[in-house]
Amino acid sequence: MAAPKKTKQPNVSADDLKAYYKDMLLIRRFEEKAGQLYGMGLIGGFCHLYIGQEAVVVGLEATAKDGDSRITTYRDHGHMLACGMDPKGVMAELTGREDGYSKGKGGSMHMFSKDKNFYGGHGIVGANVPLGAGIAFADKYRGDDNVTFTYFGDGAANQGQVYETFNMAALWDLPCIFVIENNQYAMGTSQQRSTSSAEIYERGKAFGIPGEAVDGMDVLAVKAAGETAVAHCRSGKGPYILEIKTYRYRGHSMSDPAKYRTREEVQKMRDERDPIEQVRELLLTGKHATEDDLKTIDKEIKAVVNASAEFAKASPEPALEELWTDIYA
Amino acid sequence: MATEILMPALSPTMEEGTLSKWMVKEGDTVKSGDIMAEIETDKATMEFEAVDEGIIGKILIAEGTEGVKVNTAIAVLIEEGESADDIVASAPAAEAAPSASPATAAPQAKAPAAPIVDTSPDWPEGTPMKQQTVREALRDGMSEEMRRDDAVFLMGEEVAEYQGAYKISQGMLDEFGVRRVIDTPITEHGFAGIATGAAFGGLRPIVEFMTFNFAMQAMDHIINSAAKTLYMSGGQMGAPMVFRGPNGAAARVGAQHSQDYAAWFMQIPGLKVAMPYSASDAKGLMKTAIRDNNPVIFLENEILYGRTFDVPDIDDHTVPFGKARIWREGTDVTIVSFSIGMTYALEAADKLAEEGISAEVIDLRTLRPMDTATIIKSIMKTNRCVTVEEGWPQGSVGSYISSVIMQEAFDYLDAPVINCTGKDVPMPYAANLERNALITTDEVVAAVKQVTYK
Repeated sequence: MAAPKKTKQPNVSADDLKAYYKDMLLIRRFEEKAGQLYGMGLIGGFCHLYIGQEAVVVGLEATAKDGDSRITTYRDHGHMLACGMDPKGVMAELTGREDGYSKGKGGSMHMFSKDKNFYGGHGIVGANVPLGAGIAFADKYRGDDNVTFTYFGDGAANQGQVYETFNMAALWDLPCIFVIENNQYAMGTSQQRSTSSAEIYERGKAFGIPGEAVDGMDVLAVKAAGETAVAHCRSGKGPYILEIKTYRYRGHSMSDPAKYRTREEVQKMRDERDPIEQVRELLLTGKHATEDDLKTIDKEIKAVVNASAEFAKASPEPALEELWTDIYA
Repeated sequence: MATEILMPALSPTMEEGTLSKWMVKEGDTVKSGDIMAEIETDKATMEFEAVDEGIIGKILIAEGTEGVKVNTAIAVLIEEGESADDIVASAPAAEAAPSASPATAAPQAKAPAAPIVDTSPDWPEGTPMKQQTVREALRDGMSEEMRRDDAVFLMGEEVAEYQGAYKISQGMLDEFGVRRVIDTPITEHGFAGIATGAAFGGLRPIVEFMTFNFAMQAMDHIINSAAKTLYMSGGQMGAPMVFRGPNGAAARVGAQHSQDYAAWFMQIPGLKVAMPYSASDAKGLMKTAIRDNNPVIFLENEILYGRTFDVPDIDDHTVPFGKARIWREGTDVTIVSFSIGMTYALEAADKLAEEGISAEVIDLRTLRPMDTATIIKSIMKTNRCVTVEEGWPQGSVGSYISSVIMQEAFDYLDAPVINCTGKDVPMPYAANLERNALITTDEVVAAVKQVTYK
């Protein structure tokens, strides 16, 4: 992994730091539980886990205000938890039950929350990019100062529609933050084998869109970069690109044997760069928390995740009538 | 607390697998992420990671065992100070996902034997009428709705300053300004996606495709993003929007600019499809389409743009979806068509009348929802049916109508239904070949004679 540009560390309170720790840990534990339930056959189909990438959404959500929107691809569980959606509803959707966010009709890749301005959960690589710019278009049309976080991966960054969107977003000054979650592998194809440029954010230059690379394993660096991007978009200056260099520990989806990278590569990232461990260190060395405090947090998170799993198992399958609803409004 | 480690499902289709190799032994301490075993699935050999921390208390399934069912306990994980024997009997097998209910999905309601048909007139008797082209009627329909609702806007190639490639949006930039009448770059995929996102975000976009042939670039957003999101979101959000533009052949513009997409779009649950013939329907259906809370495909026709019809001269003329219009009553045969096909259907009916054959001509106006009740009711009277469309024969609108007739009015038929369609070829350029590739009035006349045995 190329050494990402270090962004200036912001001043951050102990409470904020603890909150990031909690939010990232919730995603980690939730995803581990989802992997378990998948193994038990309770979750079916595709299931793309976010483990390793937690700092991206937690860092950026720390910069959002009420009214802002977010949209992402199929690796979406972390985004939903980070914007405050209920883990129970997310897990129940994973198990395909009636209390899921989409009444069991969407699944892992297709969840939405009008309430939290979370616009999915999209399964076609790249398609959520113009959709996100469209949500930003609607805000600008109405004259709001809201921004839209449009997340996509390094693989999606090669889709043609992304550049059609960059062009129009720049042309029309859309308040859209394009967040490239560069986890270095588009399914099993590494960035070097799929992408002509080493720094994907630089492609924005062709459209006059500013951007930067960010260390995505460092939640504080992500937050700092997010603040710059949000300030730019909110002030009416148009879109901004954040290429966040991150890493997924697990396979692309549950059925990925991950033969395209070495075990050592993954282990090294886990040992040296883990986003949760980094914040844990900051909390302990800064004397913001004791080992016991962190243990208490771990227990709380585990309880929340276990409750979501129990809820998702207990919720009934959708009624058969649901087959025929929600086709037309 | 001792916990069982279960044989995992490692792919969407895996039911059992081979426990190829243990990477840990009894007494080893593991933490989250450590590889515990290699498991061979139906697709690949996968590494199986530990999720919880603990000590391997007991290995229950030896390496090399084949056919290990998913959810079988393969090992026991214990905490410091525990013994593997702390696990009493085998914990209850994990609840498997309830299997899908047997195929007892409710069959779709069948149309009653004598279908109920809405025969109310589109406007009250005595309504003043004015002459308008389809082009003007479309513009008026859009403009009236834009005056009514600020969330409605028009976007597309050349819709603003150029006044529309086919002059449909003439004058609209002057009235509504650049905020609401928006020229786009030539990037159908991108702007269809942006418009769909804007619809998710609460606006009501009208997207003009310079022709529907170019909408192929945007097909993914029309189908996967606009049509399916309401369902995928459990009803939370959808795309109230209109995709519109000319569809089908114009004149001598070749294979890539001359395709009729009616049958393609009609297939998609989540979309509605309107395909008007007359100016009054163009206007009335357009206003209904813009007010509809779903994505509507509005298929226009370049040749019809300049045709003049009577249009009701009233403030708010709308036409409901799913209500066919009977243009001509008859007793010997039912001719079903829509859009430009109506030209041939009506001409054929005139010619047939001269020969003493009385044709009933139905304009479907919308293909989804489709007013099949009006077709069935008519066939109960005429016992014969010919469908007319410009599109290709295989998987055509006519073939769907035929299947509905077979299922709901088979006993009323005195002859097989004939589908008059465009020829099964890409559109040629040469004038004579193009004439022959399109459906003609004479072919409709011949089909009617065939089903009436005349």
